[in-house]
Amino acid sequence: MELLLTLTVGVLVAGGVFLVLRPRTFSTILGLSLLSYAANVFLFSSSYVRTGLAPLASIKDSPFPDPLPQALVLTAIVISFGMTGFVVVLSLRAYNDLGSDHVDGDVHDPASADGGGTS
Amino acid sequence: MTLLLIILIPLAGALLPPWFVRWGRTQSALAAGGAAGASFLLLASLLPDVMGGATPSLDIPWMTSIGLDLTLRLDGLALLFSLLILGIGLLVILYARYYLSREDPMGRFYAFLLFFMASMLGVVLADNLLLLLVFWELTSISSFLLIGFWKHLPEARQGARMALVITGGGGLAMLAGFILLGQIAGTNQISEILAQGDLVRSSALYAPMLVLVLLGAFTKSAQFPFHFWLPHAMSAPTPVSAYLHSATMVKAGVFLLARLFPALAGTQLWFVLVTGVGVTTMVVAAYIAVSRHDLKALLAYSTVSHLGIITACFGLGTPMAAVVGVFHIMNHAAFKASLFMNAGIVDHETGTRDLRRLSGLRHTLPITGLLALVASAAMAGLPPLNGFLSKEMFFEEALHAEYAVGPGWMLPVIVTLGGLFSVAYSIRYVADAFLGPESTDLPKAPHEPPRGMRLPVELLVLLCIAIGLFPKQVAGKLVEVAAGATIGIPTAGGELPYYSLKLWHGLNLALLMSALAIVGGAIAWKFRGSVIALHEGPLPFPRGKAMFEGLVGRLVSVSGTITKALENGSLQRYLLLLAAVTVAAVGVPMLASPWATGADTRVPADAISIAFFVFLAVGTLGTALLHRDRIRALVFISVVGLVVSLGFVHLSAPDLALTQISVEVVTIVLLLLALHLLPEQSPDEESRFVLGRDALIAGAAGAAVASVSWVLLTTDVSTISDFFLAESKPGGGGYNVVNVILVDFRGYDTFGEIVVLGIAALGIYALIDGMGVPERWRVGSAKDEVRYPLLLTTVARLTLPLALMVSIFLFMRGHNEPGGGFIAGLVTAVALIIQYIASGVGWTQERLGRDLHKVIGGGILIAAFTGIGAWIWGAPFLTGWFDYFDLPLFGEVELASAILFDLGVYLTVVAVVMIMLTNMGKIRNATAVDVPDDED
Amino acid sequence: MSHLPILPVIVPALTAVTLLLFARAPIATQRAISVLSMLGMVGIATALVVEAAGGSMMTYRLGDWAAPYGIVLVADRLAVLMVAMTSLVGLGTVAFAAQGWDLHGRNFHALLHFQLMGLNGAFLTGDIFNLFVFFEILLIASYGLMLHGGGRERIGAGLHYVVLNLGGSALFVIGLGMVYGSLGTLNMADLALRVGDVGPGLEAVVQAAALLLLVVFALKAALLPLYFWLPRTYGATSAPVAALFAIMTKVGVYSIIRVYTLVFPGEAPVIDGLPGAVLLPIALATIVFAALGALAANTLRGMVANLLVVSVGVMMTAISLFTEASLAAGLYYMVHSTLIVAALFLIVEMVSAERGEVVDRLQPAPQVARPALLGTLFFVAAAAIGGLPPFGGFLGKVYVLQSAADANGVAWIWTIVLAGSLLGLVALARGGSAVFWNTAPSTDDDEIGDPPRTAPPSGRPASAAPAVLLLGLVAAVAILAGPVSTFTDAAAAQLADPTGYIEAVMGPDGGIDGVADGDIDDVADGGTEGVAVELQTGGGE
Repeated sequence: MELLLTLTVGVLVAGGVFLVLRPRTFSTILGLSLLSYAANVFLFSSSYVRTGLAPLASIKDSPFPDPLPQALVLTAIVISFGMTGFVVVLSLRAYNDLGSDHVDGDVHDPASADGGGTS
Repeated sequence: MTLLLIILIPLAGALLPPWFVRWGRTQSALAAGGAAGASFLLLASLLPDVMGGATPSLDIPWMTSIGLDLTLRLDGLALLFSLLILGIGLLVILYARYYLSREDPMGRFYAFLLFFMASMLGVVLADNLLLLLVFWELTSISSFLLIGFWKHLPEARQGARMALVITGGGGLAMLAGFILLGQIAGTNQISEILAQGDLVRSSALYAPMLVLVLLGAFTKSAQFPFHFWLPHAMSAPTPVSAYLHSATMVKAGVFLLARLFPALAGTQLWFVLVTGVGVTTMVVAAYIAVSRHDLKALLAYSTVSHLGIITACFGLGTPMAAVVGVFHIMNHAAFKASLFMNAGIVDHETGTRDLRRLSGLRHTLPITGLLALVASAAMAGLPPLNGFLSKEMFFEEALHAEYAVGPGWMLPVIVTLGGLFSVAYSIRYVADAFLGPESTDLPKAPHEPPRGMRLPVELLVLLCIAIGLFPKQVAGKLVEVAAGATIGIPTAGGELPYYSLKLWHGLNLALLMSALAIVGGAIAWKFRGSVIALHEGPLPFPRGKAMFEGLVGRLVSVSGTITKALENGSLQRYLLLLAAVTVAAVGVPMLASPWATGADTRVPADAISIAFFVFLAVGTLGTALLHRDRIRALVFISVVGLVVSLGFVHLSAPDLALTQISVEVVTIVLLLLALHLLPEQSPDEESRFVLGRDALIAGAAGAAVASVSWVLLTTDVSTISDFFLAESKPGGGGYNVVNVILVDFRGYDTFGEIVVLGIAALGIYALIDGMGVPERWRVGSAKDEVRYPLLLTTVARLTLPLALMVSIFLFMRGHNEPGGGFIAGLVTAVALIIQYIASGVGWTQERLGRDLHKVIGGGILIAAFTGIGAWIWGAPFLTGWFDYFDLPLFGEVELASAILFDLGVYLTVVAVVMIMLTNMGKIRNATAVDVPDDED
Repeated sequence: MSHLPILPVIVPALTAVTLLLFARAPIATQRAISVLSMLGMVGIATALVVEAAGGSMMTYRLGDWAAPYGIVLVADRLAVLMVAMTSLVGLGTVAFAAQGWDLHGRNFHALLHFQLMGLNGAFLTGDIFNLFVFFEILLIASYGLMLHGGGRERIGAGLHYVVLNLGGSALFVIGLGMVYGSLGTLNMADLALRVGDVGPGLEAVVQAAALLLLVVFALKAALLPLYFWLPRTYGATSAPVAALFAIMTKVGVYSIIRVYTLVFPGEAPVIDGLPGAVLLPIALATIVFAALGALAANTLRGMVANLLVVSVGVMMTAISLFTEASLAAGLYYMVHSTLIVAALFLIVEMVSAERGEVVDRLQPAPQVARPALLGTLFFVAAAAIGGLPPFGGFLGKVYVLQSAADANGVAWIWTIVLAGSLLGLVALARGGSAVFWNTAPSTDDDEIGDPPRTAPPSGRPASAAPAVLLLGLVAAVAILAGPVSTFTDAAAAQLADPTGYIEAVMGPDGGIDGVADGDIDDVADGGTEGVAVELQTGGGE
């Protein structure tokens, strides 16, 4: 089980990082949500885990798994939910204003992107 | 306190002239003169004491942590300089009143001038290294402002920048030097440092410290090879040139040499650096001066040359030489200031300063010419003038230098050469401008200037003669105390080295050297044509300015290239860096040190888990590989989300599961809506290399994080959780530990969490609101009413009440069983979304009311006030409260503040989700296209 | 009991919510609410500073749960210093924005107060996960503010800013997982106690956690190679927001100071000077490249943004030495640089508003309408940020150099810090003279990017008041360098010896019971010590 969780984290992180590095906002967003899954699973399994308890467990049944990570993950999930919503809309706004869904705006060849505030 | 006032009065006075100028230029000048004059009187009031050997001082703590205190001290040296600064300052103020034209903003001019005056006084009065540096830099700043006073002239701007950068750079080096010096001596108080010269000179850090300090001094006093900024500073108005760039500011460097003389002087290194640089500067600058055609340029290089002489004096390191240096500072200030003003008069009257055009001015400007003759004679070092005295003494010292590099005759020969050139350019100044046939093609017909403009010149020339004839009576005492202070003899009249200020020392070598210099100088002037030719031809000196500008230009272009290369504005680049750094941060330690595994009891993997994992892996890879086919990618990622939720169920985390799944639904709907508006495909625009590289980084990141996860999962760490398990019911009043943690133990987190949601909603609202209905997405008319499948509609309408029931149920039981405000909120929201998918935004919004912001506000408000409520019982924010009541029919019921808090959470969540979706809907609806059922 | 420590979080929160409820109210009302609340915050901050200056370390146990189980706020000198700076910069920002910038989009004032809530919460919390939560608050608020008003350039830059920080947040969560997983607690004082004896085989994880968090904070603090987003972001957003963001980078700096003096101190055998060793070269490199960036900048804003990064580099150089003196130097320098950068963003905005099409580009343009006022303001500000005396930049620089005197690599530090300020001087001299002296009538008529960039017509001298206020504070930091540095020195002393902090949170005998007695009168004795005692012994399972 530990191995599976480890692999899960690894796969999610890898997938997330790869997608985040893609040039289009949509892929980037997918990547970010994969990363937040990864982060949550990682945090969740940062302490010890237990299986096979009744789905609706509470301290009345024990042994209970470490509850703190669960609470933290719950917070993290909610926060990343808000963030995802925001970035999705932002990507739409960018697509609308910049005329392209490339992460650098209306640029089709990232190499030739211009240097922003300075330069 | 008087000392402080001497500085503060000009500083504060700087505000007056710009104000007074509204009543006239004279008033403005009077205001400036008043300020300077007041300060001068204060100084005069202290004169007797100092002459008597007293040293008034003042010490106010400023920033003790860095050893910077407002410590002032008026000894002989400071006195001499203060008199120069204020005395010549007053003359310049008078002169400038007539020099500046009506167009020039006189108020600003005097403001800057007084600002400089205050800074310069600070430099000479400071008794704390850092304080001295503070004022030192202030003089650079004011000089920058004054050089750039005629800002419309490009050369003025360049000259100002160059002066600032070079002197400022020197200041930075000096800062380092001073910190070292302060640490060697263990104090920043100059008077204390001077007392322990031996300690300083014997320190291991002496050499680097000396070099750094000298860098500061040399840049300021325009010593070779930093001399070139000074001539270009001459694009300042002539009064400024006379004041800052010959009489006072450029003397700051040599002042520093004098000031630190007892601590630093008297080593071979000191001699080599200071005298070496001094004489080089003296000769080179004098040579260049001969071939300048611009009066001011000639004087500028002459100034550089004379600063070289003074520097060289101090470099000799003998007390006697120091005396000479001090004396020459005084003399040079007198004749050079007068000459600059003289040149200003010529410029003012004739409209040109070009020696090739000027000639025979003696006819039109007889008095000015006479003054010029005397002053330049002093500059050339002819008897019976002050310049002669100090030059003689300098030659004398050069003859018996204690230290030497090369043969003994070398130094005397070099200085004689320097003297020779200075005679030559002095003659040139007078002869070419005032003698010879009267020039005819002058821009303006010259006549003698207004009285006020010539008066300062007359006074200074008078001084030159007076000192020359009666040195002891006029200057003796002052030189004595100043020199005494310089060499570090506490009380004046102490055992100064024997010297005599008089014209005739009898026939000696120094006199011979002078004679040689004078004759040679005359000859050099006769053949000045060939000297100039030599300078413009085979033996030019490097154009400092051109090199400087070129250097800066190159620097700018290089940094431009570098910056462009780094900040190329590509998000992918920045993210790649972030990923790479992360891999390093996690990977390196994990590879570096061993990690134990397997200490902890393992949980066996069961079939379900394995199945879950396979699904998840496939889903993730699918998303990653097919990301360009966006619909498919979305399907895959929703599989991942689903599996994660189920995984939480399987791992006994029901609350997480519920949360995850409901979040999942909303997120997917969001993405669907987004996808409906975005292109459905990503172009194939990336090279194999890029993809490979990123895959590599991604793999590395995955491996790194996974390795940590493995260690954590297989090692046993004692955590604080047992407390929560034990306290949940007795302390938090709930069986569902996770929920109790969320609303009670760590309710503060949850409070923050809903705030995040609320803000996100605000942001989303603002983004869409600011976007309006985009053209691109307006397919047909926004008004078309979309037909919705009847079945879906009815089902949805039926599910709504049900869903609401469920959410209330989840909400109420949250405290003891999985559930809680957040999940309930999401369920409600989801139900509403179904309505919205089924019936369209219009229907939903009518029944929702328009302004969800208030609901968010209300939600957060409820949560906040639940927390603040605890204050009534004197408990901290968010202190939980609960009790059990026996209600008829219901039996025992628990009421907890947590429930109220959760209500806040519930409301916020519902409102946020609705804002997200209905606003997305605004866009969607505008496109008037039905919801794409792309899932299948 | 005193609720003082929680007020910096509650007050902005309630203000923001009130502003939401009155979203329909006339803007004047909203501005009034906003400004009044800011003034209140300044008052609260003052009270906190007075308390902390007296040496009392206030703790506040949320939900009345004892540390390490509940979340505890700790108002030590560093925390209150940050809160005070936040309030002052916030005041200047609000006052400036109230001249019309707040009309360019929705809910400006609400977002701004949420931002302050996030900042103050982050500074005051003693719990590392809670630090994350408040990071998210201040980030999401900053997203809203950064994009406030819209415009192509702003949206484009905003997308980068948001995505990068979302990445950072994911890393933060992972880092927290590492922390909790390896040390089993979240309270920073408790972590400090536990990092002393790390479980077998977990050393690597602890180090990884320390470094990963460093990455997260470095992204916020804008250190090489993670600062490239900053110049464009600050260049693209509206002036008041840019001014407020002067604090944003300091959140990263603050977190680095807090976490690596308390949780992962170099002295701990596991850590073994790791953060310092990593930070110093990075900080120095940051100075170099940012200084070059300032030289290369072709707009005043770009220049200021790069100089901001330079100043971060300088203070991080000092901080990375982690000695009491160097921390003191870094803190004093930070106070100055934060205020001056904020002021300068406002001034540059006023200048560019009066240069028509050219805005703040470094090219000839017609004389600004108020040359005397703006010229003076800019000149003073430039001298201050250029590290020229008599301003704090100079004093701070001296302090930094002195504190580095007997560090190894002192030659590098001195050379780079001094060279950096020389480059800055060159850049400022060029920029300033190009804008204020080279006032040839402008010839080019190309369009400017964002409507919101040009200020609303506000030629009234009053419009300069906010900038003048901030400049006045900058001057105060220099003139009152004595008292100010006394405070920062004392703050550094608390950081250099965290036992005071730990005892305040965990109790004198290393956290057996939860009573914090760093400042007894401020802490009610919670009803849970008993449980705490019996449970502290048995952890894990």
